[in-house]
Amino acid sequence: MHDRSDSTDKRGARRPVYLVDGARTPFIAARGEPGPFSPVDLAVQCGRPLLLRQPFGAEAIDLVILGCVNVPAEEMNPARIAALRLGLGADTPAFTVQINCGSGMQSIDTAFKYVRDGTAELVLAGGTEALSHAPLLVRQSAVRWLASLRKARSLRERAKTLAGFRPGYLEPVVGLARGLTDPVVDLNMGQTAEKLAFELGVPREEADRYAVASHIRLKRAQDEGWLHGEVMPAFARDGKVYEADDGVRPDTSVAKLATLKPAFERPYGQVTPGNSSQITDGASWVLVASEAALERHGLEPLAVIRDSSWSALDPSIMGLAPVLCATALMRRHELAMDAVDLWEINEAFAAQVLACLAVWDSEELSRELLGLEAPLGAPAQDRLNVDGGAISLGHPVGASGNRIVLHLARALQRLGGHRGIASECIGGGQGGAMLIERT
Amino acid sequence: MTSTILQRVEDHRERRERRAEGSVTGVENWRLATDGDGFAWLVFDQARSSVNTISSTTLGELDRLLDEIEAEPPRALVIRSSKAHGFCAGGDIEAFAAIEDPQELADLLKRGHAVLDRLEGLALPTVAVIHGHCLGGGLELALACDQRIGLAGLQTGFPEVKIGLHPGLGGTFRATRTLDPVAAMTAMLTGKTIYGEKNRAIGLVADLVEPRHMHAAVAAAVGGQLSAKGHPWKRWALGLDPVRRLAAGRMRAMTRAKAPPEHYPAPYALIDLWQHQGQDTEQMRENESASFGKLLSTDTARNLIRVFSLRQKMKALGDEASGIRHVHVIGAGEMGADIAGWCALQGLRTSLSDMSPDPLGAAVRSTERLCRSEHRSSIETRDALDRLVPDLDNAGIAWADLIIEAVPESIEIKQKVYETVGKRMREDAILASNTSSIPLEALREHVTRPAQFAGLHFFNPVAKMLVVEVVRHDGTDATTVDALRAFCNRIGKLPVPVASYPGFLVNRALMPYLLEALVLLGEGVKQETVDQAALDFGMPMGPIELADQVGLDICLDVGRMLTASVAKPMPELPDWLERKVERGELGRKSGQGFYRWRQGKPQKEKGVPTPAGDITDRLMLPLLDACVECRREGVVDDPDLIDGALIFATGFAPFRGGPIHYARARGIEAIVGRLEGLAKAHGNRFEPDPGWAKL
Repeated sequence: MHDRSDSTDKRGARRPVYLVDGARTPFIAARGEPGPFSPVDLAVQCGRPLLLRQPFGAEAIDLVILGCVNVPAEEMNPARIAALRLGLGADTPAFTVQINCGSGMQSIDTAFKYVRDGTAELVLAGGTEALSHAPLLVRQSAVRWLASLRKARSLRERAKTLAGFRPGYLEPVVGLARGLTDPVVDLNMGQTAEKLAFELGVPREEADRYAVASHIRLKRAQDEGWLHGEVMPAFARDGKVYEADDGVRPDTSVAKLATLKPAFERPYGQVTPGNSSQITDGASWVLVASEAALERHGLEPLAVIRDSSWSALDPSIMGLAPVLCATALMRRHELAMDAVDLWEINEAFAAQVLACLAVWDSEELSRELLGLEAPLGAPAQDRLNVDGGAISLGHPVGASGNRIVLHLARALQRLGGHRGIASECIGGGQGGAMLIERT
Repeated sequence: MTSTILQRVEDHRERRERRAEGSVTGVENWRLATDGDGFAWLVFDQARSSVNTISSTTLGELDRLLDEIEAEPPRALVIRSSKAHGFCAGGDIEAFAAIEDPQELADLLKRGHAVLDRLEGLALPTVAVIHGHCLGGGLELALACDQRIGLAGLQTGFPEVKIGLHPGLGGTFRATRTLDPVAAMTAMLTGKTIYGEKNRAIGLVADLVEPRHMHAAVAAAVGGQLSAKGHPWKRWALGLDPVRRLAAGRMRAMTRAKAPPEHYPAPYALIDLWQHQGQDTEQMRENESASFGKLLSTDTARNLIRVFSLRQKMKALGDEASGIRHVHVIGAGEMGADIAGWCALQGLRTSLSDMSPDPLGAAVRSTERLCRSEHRSSIETRDALDRLVPDLDNAGIAWADLIIEAVPESIEIKQKVYETVGKRMREDAILASNTSSIPLEALREHVTRPAQFAGLHFFNPVAKMLVVEVVRHDGTDATTVDALRAFCNRIGKLPVPVASYPGFLVNRALMPYLLEALVLLGEGVKQETVDQAALDFGMPMGPIELADQVGLDICLDVGRMLTASVAKPMPELPDWLERKVERGELGRKSGQGFYRWRQGKPQKEKGVPTPAGDITDRLMLPLLDACVECRREGVVDDPDLIDGALIFATGFAPFRGGPIHYARARGIEAIVGRLEGLAKAHGNRFEPDPGWAKL
């Protein structure tokens, strides 16, 4: 696998790029019906308090970039709608980026490059997703039937077409299930995790244990107030207030998780709802700024963005991609594993995260996949996803990549670490990673 | 910042259009241009005014222009307005009202009718393009054209009834002849605005289009491809005398429920005109003019016109730009939430803070309901809700041009809030308290910049009550008061600048009225009888029902505060009121107060004795006396403002022109004498205020 990032490119001036602040909504678990917020609603909910606490006005923002995977028909280019609804001027450009589960990080990476190259000073970069709003679709066969009915001219033709109706046409396609299935290898995302667990030898019990830890860590972070200022309450029209990630189950245990049936490959599979990320709605924003913007507005940065990397591999083992892009970053910056103080690796599936760790621990795979003489060794558990992850708080696909960068920056501040890498696997067989340092 | 490019593009187009229009010598309120199709475009653009009005001048000029048009007839005549505000705001009411001589008025009406008749009689097609506000006389002008094209956002109406009149330039017969007759009568009887598409449905416009399609729509109208909805069956049925008699009877009954004929004669006169209309236009015109003249001479019309002028005067108090773009409201209780919701609805960026999230959530919900009750579209609702930012961290303080404190009525709590605000507010921002019972002097010492501190007293329910008292203490800067007045105007409220005083103006004046009602109850008078006395006077609601509406707990609080802090003796607060409050009988909000409340309506006993003796004066005169006291104490200097405040804040019988106006009309000496008599009979609380002598 090649690292296709252009970060080693030496053209043009390179300006330092800072992550100034950020905020997200609580991640709201989908409850089998559309949640109270659309993707843009979510982006507005956390964008408003974020902007309100800045010393600069909305007019200081040059550009808005928003990641979003499932864009509803009412909200084409959600970035632009969110920008206008947030009160940014009509003259502020805004575009949406989409690379599945990496979209929220793609927005930061794009902002990073705009600022680094001097084309923007201050960029609002986010990610949003309302998975509970994923539509029910009409089958393509039904669409074709309707079209031929409309084209039928004579009564006879119409009768003939009508007779061609099949009851199956009425069966809707669940957009979400379709979206979470890789169309190239025809595997559901959960199935790719099953495959990884098998290939890398991750036992179910270990995955369940990992999942329990995720819940306990998130609960502790909530109770200790570590998410204060990062998670902003969201206010629904019916007056209901969403204050915290509501998918957390601190009372879960390995024994309880052991009772769950596999979700994707019954009856023998091991990936269950308990050791997978949750289907949720949520949004997250960060502010990306140049040095000039820091000075002009008197901003204290959270972190400096050093570099980013994107990788790709066989879609059926998409969950392994973080190893590739994160290793590329470490090699480029000549970092040993203990030089990275904190890690966020998006918890798409517990087995998938553990499979990544297994590669770093394996001498053979490190050599063959990563071209390393000696394995880097997996990050220590107390450096990885220290405040939980998508298993406990959910995975609104367009938002997660943004959240992990924001949370990494804040966790570095809190814990006094210097350097961190955030990385996620991306449906379709890709991965993204970002290297940041505390300032 | 936003849409500056759009603005420039639109301005450019307007300038281009303007260059094509020519002026006519001696005419300054209209412009005339003929386009390539041979259509004459007559553009109404009243000089030195932001709106167009119908007056002897503007109609006189129209008459001269009709000469030109008749001399060289175009293919068609199109009338439109170039004012952003709309086609025409209506007749020049104040000029009409100034006419004392009935003959002069009759002549004026006759000349006006002649111009409109001439327009109607032109041998070429005539089209009025109407947009924005097209009201009263302006609508009558449009109705004299063959066809009307509406532009998006159109609001039409006959507001004459609100000033005790009915249309006087042919509207009474042209509207009923041209539109759906029932809709036309409803519009004239209620004075309600007819919005957008409704104008097409009732046949007022042949089409309703975006401004960019104006020319094409006019061409279609002239070419005979458009016609307004005719409602032929309704017109046929109501052309039959018995049907019309029946309909007129129903209209009278429905009107009576809202406006008794002894106080409000205009709607009844209008129904009479319609019921007895003949086929003879000449006769109808004469009847209309006679009726109009008669109404204009009534006290009701004179006083309602006065109320209209008071409103203009109060609006003008806040005419400048307020410079207030971001409002931060602290405290999401009922008042705070409603104030914030209203500001957001009115287009201001509003942050609302509270200690806990739940009241903020409730504020979002109530604002969503407010949008619905104000008939906002789903996009407008979304935008209003986007502007209302729940703010648990008080981050909005740093952005606010105006900070409104609406926390519970406790000096300690307010003091804490002011400390936080003082540290974070911008140097040029204003801090206002919504307090109704704590003297500003007691709060001022806890404020960082007293010159930028004032009271901003909203009434409950915020969405419905037009008045906001802008309260200054002796150290409030004049610029602060000016900005707050302008702010009130910006959010569609009428400012009443007052000096700090117990109860300010409105509560000070209302409280003796409410308390006297309680005394009457103590004397054994039925509560329905007490309320009826106030209704007969012309109040929109009796004092007992009002107390229930406001909440007996709040009445008790304000009553205690006033009794303790006003020099004048007040009716004693009865012990049983306190017990009632302790029992949780708080009025409407608890379902039981003096009345039992069902679905927001008080359950009143029928067949109670009608008010007799001095009940009405015992209720109303203390209210007048308190107004006089407020003037003497310098709470409000201008008696007009007292009248306006009491009319728009309490619904004080509008047809009586306000408490001071009423007192003057009845005679100051008579009132003072009456108060002295009441003092002898019922106690020194009726002693007339020394301020009466200076009125």
